[in-house]
Amino acid sequence: MSNAQIERQWTSRLRRSVVDKLPPDKLLPDTQPAYVASWIYVFGVTTMAALGVVIATGCILALDGPQWWHSSSLGHFVNSMHLWSVEIFFFAMIVHLWGKFSMAAWRGGRSLTWVTGAVTFLASILAGFTGYVSQTNFDSQWIATQAKDGINSTGGGAFFNVLNLGQMLMWHIVLLPIAAIVLTGLHVIMVRVKGVVPPFEDNVEVSA
Amino acid sequence: MTKKAFRPDVDAPEYKGPYVPYDIIKEGAIAVLVVLILTAALAIVFSSPDEKAITIKTWSNADVVDFAQTAGDELTATSGVAGYGAPYNNGGPAQHWGFLAPEKWVGVHVNINTATDFVLDPLKSQPAQPALSAAINQWTSASSSTITAWSAAYAKVEANITFVNNKVKVPTSAAGPIPVLVNDLTQMARTGALDQALVTQNGFYTTNYTKPLLFLSDGTYLANLADQQHLGGDQWGMMNETGQWPGQAWLWLYTFWYQIPPYSTSASGDFLVWGTMMILTALLILLPFIPGLRSIPRRLKIYRIIWREHYATEA
Repeated sequence: MSNAQIERQWTSRLRRSVVDKLPPDKLLPDTQPAYVASWIYVFGVTTMAALGVVIATGCILALDGPQWWHSSSLGHFVNSMHLWSVEIFFFAMIVHLWGKFSMAAWRGGRSLTWVTGAVTFLASILAGFTGYVSQTNFDSQWIATQAKDGINSTGGGAFFNVLNLGQMLMWHIVLLPIAAIVLTGLHVIMVRVKGVVPPFEDNVEVSA
Repeated sequence: MTKKAFRPDVDAPEYKGPYVPYDIIKEGAIAVLVVLILTAALAIVFSSPDEKAITIKTWSNADVVDFAQTAGDELTATSGVAGYGAPYNNGGPAQHWGFLAPEKWVGVHVNINTATDFVLDPLKSQPAQPALSAAINQWTSASSSTITAWSAAYAKVEANITFVNNKVKVPTSAAGPIPVLVNDLTQMARTGALDQALVTQNGFYTTNYTKPLLFLSDGTYLANLADQQHLGGDQWGMMNETGQWPGQAWLWLYTFWYQIPPYSTSASGDFLVWGTMMILTALLILLPFIPGLRSIPRRLKIYRIIWREHYATEA
């Protein structure tokens, strides 16, 4: 096989494209622009760290089934960690979102980075909600019976039945975590490819 | 070819300034460690809520009259679920805004007949009892006009139902078999048998609690308990949690709309709230592409605080 043939292979083309767009020094940088010097930048990585703890504690809860935490003190502690990591996750994510909004972080060809971030936020809200209705306690009974009205009003209740524990649990532990992880991965890759958005130029007051 | 004009809310200037050392792996590792320690500390200090689920047995023993009245409403198809409409049945008008009525367009997908599913089928699963079997036969073989007449007679005295000597008393003789059916379902509920009957209608294995949850939601017992825990819709309940724990605070905007007219007063309030939130969500996602909205950060100038060191250096 000639070199030209090898270079035309799908695998070769994909490798070239990936390496062109995301060379190792962009994927794992050892320097960054000097303007990246604010506490606000901490909240992106905090969101990801909290997501990791959410997933890890969720996996431990999954080991012995959805009702384990009601009867085991260890299970209850893991559930408490799951809850508090979710609270930290949302807190960090919302601060991150407003920080990026304040920087207009979509500038310079970063629109899709913003879009994936916003969609990740939505997927996370849905993941949190399905967790609340999968707790198998009073909370989940009340939240499910209330939330059904909003979802039913959109027509979605015909396919997304919040009163169906099995369906909600599957969404919570399979579909939505996959969505959150994939979206977060895409978001981070886009940040690495494009870099952190530079500051506005001073005294620019032209039409948008 | 002319060079495209620089748009400050779309384009970013090319950065030609200095770079500083940055250890991305170390940053990630520290973040994980800090979050892990913080999470464990919060879990140890504050724990998490776990208010036990209520059962129909709990409800029918704690507030037997409320249960019996709800059972009668399910049988006579006058309950909230019986008149709900899609996706459960054709019992009520769909929520809509103008011609937009997706609930109606999608139709019935989770079929619920409250008389059959909540009352008659569970009672049929009980060991045969002559009086009960006769009452079920009387109900199922009656014409719709007869059922309407029984239901009307029942509705007149429903508020006066009592529970005396371990029996539900419906003070009328014009309601046909309704008093027997309501009493027998109440007795069944108080033993815990109804909890099982409502979830096992589809076979041995189940993970679907649609029927018992809908039944519970028709009574006032569940709602009263929720109000005591400040979880009611008019108490910003969507973002609250039982006890003093934080709930889904990120839903504050959803629950905000439920507190103000026209959302709080419209019969289609849920649809209006969800419609509003869908529009706002679309605006959030598409913000980079919307002239005017995408200029807000530049005009707010909060970025000057974030990048204050950069601007100080430039000056």
